[in-house]
Amino acid sequence: MADLIKAKEPFRFYARLSLSELTGLRAANLGQLLGLIREVPGASIYHHTHRFLQQHQYLSPEPPNDFAYWVSDILGEDELGERLASIDTTQFLNIHSLREKIIQTIESYLKENPAASLRFAREGDEFHFIKSVSFILPTKYVVYDLEEFKEVIEKITIDSIYFHIFEARLRLEKKTNDFSNWIENSLGNKRLADKIAQMDPYTRTLEDLRKTLIQIIEKKLLV
Amino acid sequence: MTKIDEYIPIVGESVIDDLKLIAEKLKGKLIQHINSTSVGGGVAEILNRMVPLLRELGVDTRWDLIKGGEQFFEVTKKFHNALHGRQAEINKTDFDIFLETANRNIAELDTSADIVFVHDPQPITLVNKRKENKWLWRCHIDISEPNQKVWSFLREFVIKYDAAVFSAPGFSQKLPIRQFLISPSIDPLSDKNKELPQETIEAVLRKYEIPKDKPIVTQISRFDRLKDPLGVIEAYLQVKKYNDCRLVLAGGGAADDPEGVKVYEEVKERAMVDKDIHILLLKQNDLEINALQRASSVIVQKSLREGFGLTVTEALWKAKPVVATNTGGIPLQIKHKYSGLLCHSVDGAAFAIKQFLNSPEYAKRLGENGREHVRNNFLLTRHLKDYILLFLSLYHNEDAIYL
Repeated sequence: MADLIKAKEPFRFYARLSLSELTGLRAANLGQLLGLIREVPGASIYHHTHRFLQQHQYLSPEPPNDFAYWVSDILGEDELGERLASIDTTQFLNIHSLREKIIQTIESYLKENPAASLRFAREGDEFHFIKSVSFILPTKYVVYDLEEFKEVIEKITIDSIYFHIFEARLRLEKKTNDFSNWIENSLGNKRLADKIAQMDPYTRTLEDLRKTLIQIIEKKLLV
Repeated sequence: MTKIDEYIPIVGESVIDDLKLIAEKLKGKLIQHINSTSVGGGVAEILNRMVPLLRELGVDTRWDLIKGGEQFFEVTKKFHNALHGRQAEINKTDFDIFLETANRNIAELDTSADIVFVHDPQPITLVNKRKENKWLWRCHIDISEPNQKVWSFLREFVIKYDAAVFSAPGFSQKLPIRQFLISPSIDPLSDKNKELPQETIEAVLRKYEIPKDKPIVTQISRFDRLKDPLGVIEAYLQVKKYNDCRLVLAGGGAADDPEGVKVYEEVKERAMVDKDIHILLLKQNDLEINALQRASSVIVQKSLREGFGLTVTEALWKAKPVVATNTGGIPLQIKHKYSGLLCHSVDGAAFAIKQFLNSPEYAKRLGENGREHVRNNFLLTRHLKDYILLFLSLYHNEDAIYL
């Protein structure tokens, strides 16, 4: 095993916990959904495109967002559901551009299929807009090298992994994730940083993401 | 009394670490829960478990009760039914009785804590004596289609709170205050949910003369039309044509509820058509409910209307395949074909039960998914986390809060 490189700056793990706030806004058809997607706070778009990952972390990674699930399962618009589900969330650096993409996707579908606007959800099945209130706070875990880093990854909460990968890259508009950022800038290992940054976090469950991260680091530690 | 660290083997050390971390941020704040009873009912059950754990985490917590006579509680029961959307005759005298008791409580109860957390409608008027402190109203009831007379009356008090908390998105109302979504939870270490030795399960089956010769399909619910026990029997009879199995309908007694007694009699009579249907009128016995759930091959919750549906949570926690109606809080717990099967009718329920009985591997997978979903979202530790965050949110208005 190669000597472990000590970091210039240690990595501190943060915990990220969230509380769901109801906006009181609900949609019963595609037109209403579209109108509300335009006006709800960014924290609501974030909630509906990321919540599923956290709540269903052990299940299959699909469906990736609440809009896709509702459009397919409640309105029966499978094709639009598929288009919404396949939006590549990793491409978007901020909620604003992700929101625009969702709007465009629904608008163009409605243009091609005007009859779709006539479908209504049954009473009780409306889409309820919720937003995430995030609480971010430092944990006791501070690491200086890859071995320590791996040990913490093995035991830290899923919420923390979620914060360092998802929150960092999208909501806080960072181009990479916190792990890659630290590995590149403080450990000087760009290759490993890139490898981690290349993982598509949106098509995996969070537990799977944890396992993959550990495997990549273990492989590096053995070299 | 259960200690917080006893949950580590179930949810992991880091989850408990996080709870300790956020609890610290409430240092110096006194939280006061107020409801109407210390025993019986879901609210008292959850507070009995939660208050000691909050204290152990270092959150200074008090729990106070309002006082009320028989008449007051008769009125609040009417309110409860009316908020659920059921027919209820409510007149001016009822509101007067309610306000009279309320005023007495306002005069007597000390509500000087930093955060006053009021549960359900009974103590709702206490907010009239609010000072500079923070006030929260927790609604445990399904008020998606409330009786407007009662709701308008209560709404005048609700809007004086800093925030309201509901159990499902559909229960929220148009309000000028913040509203949070916090699901209820089950305690994995309680008698109703803890692991049981096989002998205990078998002893309960023997006690109720339920042979283990065939798969058991079970619905645990009080005998109430909204739980549709007759619909469950019809679904079972459809299944029985193809799959030999037993049906257990078990629920609490309802001696003080004439409607409940009537439903029970009807169910008993309908059950005569098949000797493999077991109707059990149980006294409150959590261990026995636990054993019956664990002995089942499929668990059904075919309610016509449901609050959150904690019986579904309990069944999922036991990794059982669950067939349940798409109503109330049930779709929050079951994603169709991921963590159980949702249905809308007797035929749909029968079809889903057959699917599970004929595909044990599929049933097992969905059951296991259900258990993990509950582990992540509906255990007491998540509930504690949400409450602590809720308290903290009262001091912040941003969507991303750095503590």
